[in-house]
Amino acid sequence: MLDRWKIPLLLSPALLLIVGLFLGGLFLGLIGSLGYMPQLGREELSFDAYRNILTSESFCLSFLLTFYISFTSTVIASALAIIAALILRRHFIGRSVINFLFQINLTVPHLVGAVGILYLFSQSGFFARLAYEFELIARPSDFPALIYDPLAIGIILQYVWKEVPFIGMILLANMQTFGQDYETAARSLGASRWQSFRYVLLPLLTPGLLAAALIVFAFTFGAYEIPALLGQNYPAALPVLAYQSFTDVDLNARPEALAMGMIIAALSAVMIVGYARLARRYVRT
Amino acid sequence: MTMVEIRIRAEISRDGLSGPTWFALVLLISWLILPLIPLAVWSISRSWFFPDITPSAYSLRAWRYVFSSTSEVLPALGVTTLIALCATLLSAIIGLPAGRALGLYQFRGKSAVELLILAPTIVPGIAVALGLHVVFLNLGLAGSFLGVLIVHLIPTLPYMVLVMAGVFANYNPEIEAQARSLGADPFQTFYYVTLPAILPGLLIGSLFTFLVSWSQYILTLLIGGGRVVTLPLLLFNFASAGRNDITGAISMIYILPGVVLLLLGARHLTGRNTAAESLRQI
Repeated sequence: MLDRWKIPLLLSPALLLIVGLFLGGLFLGLIGSLGYMPQLGREELSFDAYRNILTSESFCLSFLLTFYISFTSTVIASALAIIAALILRRHFIGRSVINFLFQINLTVPHLVGAVGILYLFSQSGFFARLAYEFELIARPSDFPALIYDPLAIGIILQYVWKEVPFIGMILLANMQTFGQDYETAARSLGASRWQSFRYVLLPLLTPGLLAAALIVFAFTFGAYEIPALLGQNYPAALPVLAYQSFTDVDLNARPEALAMGMIIAALSAVMIVGYARLARRYVRT
Repeated sequence: MTMVEIRIRAEISRDGLSGPTWFALVLLISWLILPLIPLAVWSISRSWFFPDITPSAYSLRAWRYVFSSTSEVLPALGVTTLIALCATLLSAIIGLPAGRALGLYQFRGKSAVELLILAPTIVPGIAVALGLHVVFLNLGLAGSFLGVLIVHLIPTLPYMVLVMAGVFANYNPEIEAQARSLGADPFQTFYYVTLPAILPGLLIGSLFTFLVSWSQYILTLLIGGGRVVTLPLLLFNFASAGRNDITGAISMIYILPGVVLLLLGARHLTGRNTAAESLRQI
């Protein structure tokens, strides 16, 4: 009798809080996005907010921009993380120091990284000054716009900076679990170094790499402060646009802001399903 | 092990790196450290105009401002720390039992529970906080310390649960039964048997949970409505206002707990999947 109730009792405080705050917040966002605003006397539900944003140019441009930022950052960070992990798993002098330096920005908040990128890459930043020193440019405005720019290069640089160690640490941990037996076997059967990486190590790493990439994609798709600091005003990244609509004096914009929040949530839900599937497959192998 | 195998193994994890590999590694590490350097230099510069590579004059003006009684920085530091401490404590109290259930037992629906606990770490906070805002407004929690603290639990609690689940997966509950049979009451059993066994994991989990709360921006901005001013909000304002010296000084204070944590926990952190994964929140 006692045992039957033990597990639900242990779980209930945490689950109540997560269901109440997290699922509750998502549910309220959903009904709000459908136009349910009892404080304004509106209780009928409609898809107007979704219809409005899906036909508005600013939303569509924002969505495409955000998707492009997330996709590009995730791909570049994953590629660099694979290279970093391949180097860092080897034994060399100073490995522990290098390892520490590699991890250092895992704990540095995103916002600090964004400000650092701003001071490095803005048109009066460190690299612009270096370019001036080497007489590549004559005035700040000659330096290519990498911040507040249409290609969102500053934002992508920030995400890559922050996520390479994150993905890299996960890959390193995976490599440690596999050991090197498979690669050794492949090599002794005549595979080249490239072949043993491409056909043995990479397939082994893929589930972990994809799981990490999904997490990074979902995060970069919903992050506010980095594009708010480094991005251009129009089109703004989706979370920035959602915040702007939410704080708009016109309360009619609220359902639209909530609808954008729902679209961000839906995209991350797809990522979670993918992550759960990968995690399960990963455990089985 | 054959000779061929030995040679190949040595080649895969070769001692030392080739010249180009070293170059690539140094380039990568420099890139990871580089954005922090202008922040540190700005914090001690007096004037640093284009096109000077280094500041033309140094001063501690920004630091004096940060620690002066008139600046908003010290109160913000206090609020940020207090919210993070409370969020960590609450997460530990609520999350420890759940971590125990997930770490020790197999039960029906376990994977669904795990997924539900994992979800808040992946779904961006803005989607949840936009929905919660109205309710918090009606309850008088919007713009209050308590409101911000509660909303911080959304990202911090799942992390604590997941870390504690990992800790309890390597924990043997038999010793509790032995303590009980020797006459210890449940409280004594927890305090003298369970707690010492899980303490290292609990401490690491708490440090990371602290950092997750410490790093929140959009949740604080939305629910705090600008009335609960934490360090990142202040940092953002000074950065957008172009006060680079003060921004630099606040940044240095703001990264401090993370660096300390890394120094303390570097060994525990290395190669730990869960630890690295949760750090994405920061």
